[in-house]
Amino acid sequence: MSSWTTVAGVQLEMVERGGGRPILWLHGEEGLDPDAPVLGALAAHGRVLAPSHPGYGHSPEAASIDTVDDLAYLYLDLLAQQEARDAVVIGASLGGWIAAEMAVKSTTGLGRLILVAPLGIKVGDRETRDVPDIWALHPDEVLKLQYYDPARARLDPTTLSDDRLTVIARNREATALYGWEPYFHNPKLRGRLHRVAVPTLLLWGAEDRFVSAGYYGAAYRDAIPGARLEAIPAAGHFPHLEQPDAVAERIRAFITN
Amino acid sequence: MRAWFFSENAYHLLPPAPEYDSIRVKLPNRYYDPKLGADLYHRFIDEWLMAEDLGLEIMVNEHHQTATNVNPSAAVVMGALARVSRTARLLILGNPIANRREPVRVAEEMAMVDVYSRGRLECGFVRGVPYEMSAGNHRPTRMMERFWEAHDLIVKAWTTHDGPFNWEGKYFHHRQVNIWPRPYQEPHPPIWITALSPGSAREVGARGYTAACFLTGFEGTKAVFDNYRERRVELGLPAAAADRFAYAALVYTGETDEEGYAGARKLMWYLESNKVPPQFTGPPGYHPIASTVNAMKGITPGIYKMFQNPTLEGLMEHGLVFAGNPDSVHRQIMRMYDHVGGFGQLLMMSQAGFLDHEETVKGMQMFSREVYPRLKELR
Repeated sequence: MSSWTTVAGVQLEMVERGGGRPILWLHGEEGLDPDAPVLGALAAHGRVLAPSHPGYGHSPEAASIDTVDDLAYLYLDLLAQQEARDAVVIGASLGGWIAAEMAVKSTTGLGRLILVAPLGIKVGDRETRDVPDIWALHPDEVLKLQYYDPARARLDPTTLSDDRLTVIARNREATALYGWEPYFHNPKLRGRLHRVAVPTLLLWGAEDRFVSAGYYGAAYRDAIPGARLEAIPAAGHFPHLEQPDAVAERIRAFITN
Repeated sequence: MRAWFFSENAYHLLPPAPEYDSIRVKLPNRYYDPKLGADLYHRFIDEWLMAEDLGLEIMVNEHHQTATNVNPSAAVVMGALARVSRTARLLILGNPIANRREPVRVAEEMAMVDVYSRGRLECGFVRGVPYEMSAGNHRPTRMMERFWEAHDLIVKAWTTHDGPFNWEGKYFHHRQVNIWPRPYQEPHPPIWITALSPGSAREVGARGYTAACFLTGFEGTKAVFDNYRERRVELGLPAAAADRFAYAALVYTGETDEEGYAGARKLMWYLESNKVPPQFTGPPGYHPIASTVNAMKGITPGIYKMFQNPTLEGLMEHGLVFAGNPDSVHRQIMRMYDHVGGFGQLLMMSQAGFLDHEETVKGMQMFSREVYPRLKELR
């Protein structure tokens, strides 16, 4: 079940679960499944706040918001509104990019940062496509790159409700809004990551064929002081979907340490 | 009614379709032979000039990274035509202004063509087809917001004559806009805008520009023109003349129906060759959410089924092709005319694919001699 909240005049669909220390979950391109097992597992360790970004899920688009930079400020406002202290911020893929942009701006109220296969930085030279162009690949090819087990990720649209299909279409559209150009990155972000002054854990699917741990993950780890990079076995680019228990356990160990 | 000769300037000399998976965006240009390409360019310019000699007007367009159309700059080819043509009106339909990073440059180019041609330019603005998004790295979301800001900036650049003005918009920034030359026509060249949906028809109707429909068939075209007209009534604006409504179809006129159909079958290359994988036909944000949901469910609006497995009979039945002997072509055009409440501009795609030079010229001649005189009387 989700509810509604308003942050700085922006309306957000929000899943809230559990109690105690705030755990802000920032979803990626795939959008937020309110029943995602990872959210349930995390709710055992704090109060999970999982908004759908403007344009995703049922959250309306906001005219004033069209970049990841805007989203980072929006969620810093959310933490401030919650009077959060020692909050855990977790972001996956595009959500990891948002979380990283938040942490380079301000770590007020932030206790731990967890980035699950985050996008957002430019690693290679101008002729190296760090992130495969999902809008120039056949959708089946994208699935093969992003999932350890693509067959399980494939959806049959004829079995889904109109509401679910609408959410899928909105998620894709919002992803294009935030990720089209520069393609899933901020050219300045990598050079700013040294500012991240909270303990940071990077989690990466060991079988991520979309952006690999050895190339992209290592560059992220090297840019954030003291960051640790851990692999999740038998998972692709969305380990929280393919191995939710393993992801939740790594997060638990990191935030209770 | 005015009739326009339109050619997409395709490079049709391609390997068999099974050898490539997309004719757009990613087909390697090693398949393009510049020497053959040069011959084709000169042939197409000759055909436009022959159209002018036959009393037809000239229309060009542009597409990017595709063999279906090798005019990535409508301004360049129209610059050439502006110099060598004498009397025809020159329609660019159009400039994809949501995709152009510098609208001021568009204002300059269009002013140049207008002056070159001593005021014969008709300037179209288009959104651009979905395949242009990856080809040009253009973000498919919030396109119309970008489109209208570009339009506003271009019109202001054309109509400001007292030195630089400032523009710090959402999408475009220029602190010193002061174009040279300014357009030949006052206050600026007539503006055309493609309108494929009722929503965009209302926007175009409110501004009184010419609304152009491409291959939208009977019902799609009627919906666009009706919404244009209704919007003007709502706003208390005078009714628009017929010249504010344009319809584009594949047109081939023969001496007999059989000859006309044979020419039209060759024109169908334009539809048959359009092999494009799904990632380029539906970039996220380009189509409305409801259409995307229908597409996911496999629901295709009737007319789009035509494009998947086109048959001449189906295309003619839906009003996408006008073909046959002169009487047949006239009758088919009038059927569309009567159905949509009249239109004053007929945009004729009358060259495509393997329709050779002689066949192209013959179709134009038959149309202009045997059909066009009857249409010119329509007001």
